[in-house]
Amino acid sequence: MKLLPFIICLGFSLAACEREKRDFRTAPVSEESQEKTALVSLSPGSSPPEQEVSGKARSFEGNAYHLSQGKRLYAWFNCNGCHANGGGDSGPPLMDDRWIYGSSLENIVQTIREGRPNGMPSFRGKLPDDQIWELAVYVRSMSGLEPKAAAPSRNDDMHPLPSENRMPPSSPVPGGSASPSATAPQ
Amino acid sequence: MCRFVGLIFGVTFALSGLITSATAQTAQPAPPVAAAPSEDGQWVMPTKNFAGTRYSELSEINTDNVKNLQVAFTFSTGVNKGQESSPIVVGSTMYILSPYPNILYALDLSRPGAPLKWQYNPKPDSAAQGVACCDVVNRGPTFANGRIYFTTLDANVVAVNADTGEEVWKTKIGDINKGETMTMAPLVAKDKVVVGISGGEYGVRGWIEALDAASGKSVWKAYSTGPDQDVKIGSAFKAFYDSEKGKDLGVTTWPPDAWQQGGGTVWGFITYDPDLNLIFYGPGNPGPWNPNQRPGDNKWTNGVFARNLDTGEAHWFYQWNPHDLFDWDGINENVLLDLDWKGQRRKVLVHPDRNGLLYVVDRTTGEVLSASFYHAVNAHQGVDLATGRIKINQDKYPLQNKVIRDICPTAPGAKDWSPSAFSNKTGYLYIPHNNLCMDWESVEPNYVAGTPYIGAEVRMIPGPGGHMGEFSAWDIVAGKEVWTIKERFPAWGGAMATAGDVVFYGTMEGWFKAVHARTGEVLWQFKTDSGIIGQPTTYRGPDGKQYVAIISGVGGWAGAIVSNDLDPRDGTAAKGFVNAMRDLKNVTTKGGTLYVFKLP
Ligand code: HEC
Repeated sequence: MKLLPFIICLGFSLAACEREKRDFRTAPVSEESQEKTALVSLSPGSSPPEQEVSGKARSFEGNAYHLSQGKRLYAWFNCNGCHANGGGDSGPPLMDDRWIYGSSLENIVQTIREGRPNGMPSFRGKLPDDQIWELAVYVRSMSGLEPKAAAPSRNDDMHPLPSENRMPPSSPVPGGSASPSATAPQ
Repeated sequence: MCRFVGLIFGVTFALSGLITSATAQTAQPAPPVAAAPSEDGQWVMPTKNFAGTRYSELSEINTDNVKNLQVAFTFSTGVNKGQESSPIVVGSTMYILSPYPNILYALDLSRPGAPLKWQYNPKPDSAAQGVACCDVVNRGPTFANGRIYFTTLDANVVAVNADTGEEVWKTKIGDINKGETMTMAPLVAKDKVVVGISGGEYGVRGWIEALDAASGKSVWKAYSTGPDQDVKIGSAFKAFYDSEKGKDLGVTTWPPDAWQQGGGTVWGFITYDPDLNLIFYGPGNPGPWNPNQRPGDNKWTNGVFARNLDTGEAHWFYQWNPHDLFDWDGINENVLLDLDWKGQRRKVLVHPDRNGLLYVVDRTTGEVLSASFYHAVNAHQGVDLATGRIKINQDKYPLQNKVIRDICPTAPGAKDWSPSAFSNKTGYLYIPHNNLCMDWESVEPNYVAGTPYIGAEVRMIPGPGGHMGEFSAWDIVAGKEVWTIKERFPAWGGAMATAGDVVFYGTMEGWFKAVHARTGEVLWQFKTDSGIIGQPTTYRGPDGKQYVAIISGVGGWAGAIVSNDLDPRDGTAAKGFVNAMRDLKNVTTKGGTLYVFKLP
């Protein structure tokens, strides 16, 4: 009988392992996953744009560990300075449904790595590949695109917006705000 | 007939005699003549004159007829971002400058509808938008020596031929990879163009630089932090107060090396006294915002410098907010006036600071003559005039990882950049300002060049009374308010005063208002297509009539919720301003239109 609690605990911990499968040896800074993603849904001919992804996204999506790491990195690398806690500042909001450069995990990884013309810095070489993926998956959780069970919950400190695990999923709308350079005359 | 004229002469003579003798006892404050020459019907720099009074002697539009003002013509800047700029007028041409991408337009006032003469596009680097803290604004072009001078967001200074629109020179003097941008209007005096750098939210080490107006080559550059040599503090420097005396205070009042990312950026309006040959400007907040990271006075941020125009040598400095706690940039305008103070005529500068105090400072020495509250606050108890130091309320001192609630005023202060105007006629200062409070939590920031360096979570709320803006007339000598108009949103644009006793300003809802200079009665208002955060100007057109101009288009820090499409669910968006401005989206949309008014 004394074994029962032990077995229950074992069961729980095994279940936990199931939820949190991840690589403990992360890729070095120089290594870069190759994602062939498109920025638009439009492509000449009748078929949609050709895309070929590495599949790396599967080990990050819905993963509580990576999501919480992403949240920490989001503040460490001053993403919050330009995007606030998701509502935006000099950079566009990340908690809304509008995506200028795509909402797929691969798109967001590209955004962080390559930078974007209207002032999103390129973080290539400044962050290991896996951390870029962690940031990207966290960015998705800001607009409710990651499962509630895995997304971070409320902060210990100032609580200015609904926590990530309480964000209603907002289905992504392509486009977003047109950049001033695109709308300016000449 | 002749007798009659003689009689009038006699009376006028007697009257003027009376006025002069009255003046001798208690003359009104007035700008020094050399810094505010007599009216020529033009408006050649955003501040109107070197004294920064934003006052025009034109009086065709007056308190009786202003109600008849109507639109003369409009023009789209083509850019729907915050329009903090001012339309300027030289001869029969008006020049307007858009926010990023900083397009300069020349409009021909001598033809019906003021058609476009030419446009000049400096094509700034689009990446600069990322490091613009508070929308991609620009605060105006300046005319001198047949040229228009202005700054671009990617830190270029440009000189353009005012007749043809041809580029004369373009000099890049800042680096966006360090977070450096430019938003200010240059001061052009004698043969120098003086500009400063923005980026106090990115750990930029602030500086001011003078370029040769003819060639764009650097003449001198002075930093706001670091060793005396870099700050151009030498033998000419005589500080009034003890806390500004000592060697290399720009290093020793910081933790080791913190001055290198120490802020003190320069982006407000510079005023200039030709008699003293001194320029006056305020370095901005120290970086990062989080004060726990930088024990010490953090010299020479958040104060006012008097420097020699030709050499850049500092003459004196006074620190409004030593060891700034709340991002209270010292950049607000310093209006140059001469006034009677305790029986003596003094050369002063008048400065409404973010901390809610209106300072009257002797501009020859840096002595504070008075510092009175133009807006009630709870973060401090005013200035100890013996030491010149502000008395901080310890309850509101930010502590790491603790949310301090209800700090008044906020980070943008009781008043931000929004320039006030001084009327030679009433002797009052007209101050657009804010009524906001905030919750503040200091958090530890990491310095990563080219990204923000702030370290604070902020959430703003409307101040007592629920309104967020005020527009006040202020009696400088008495140190008290004459009248105040309450506004729903912060009064984020500038003020302009005229000899017709009409004062102009705009609201973030889009109303352009003309109010009575003595009573504050709203005499006329016009609803423009977007919120107003710009600087009104007035001029005499080629037809001899008086015109009033304003660029409408909401944005800036306060209006970023609209101009940058921010998400109102996050109260910390736009560094906490969105929390207070949630309703703005329901009231106005983006815009960028010049409106010019005249009497029928
Ligand atoms: C210096 C300011 C700045 C920093 C720091 C910054 N961003 Fe951005 N970011 C921007 C700007 C500006 C844009 C818009 C770029 C454009 O429109 O071309 C942007 C765009 C984005 C987008 C694309 C949004 C869309 O609608 O497609 C994502 C995602 C993003 N940033 C995430 C991040 C993350 C994660 C970090 C931290 C690693 C970060 N940003 C750091 C300024 C910044």
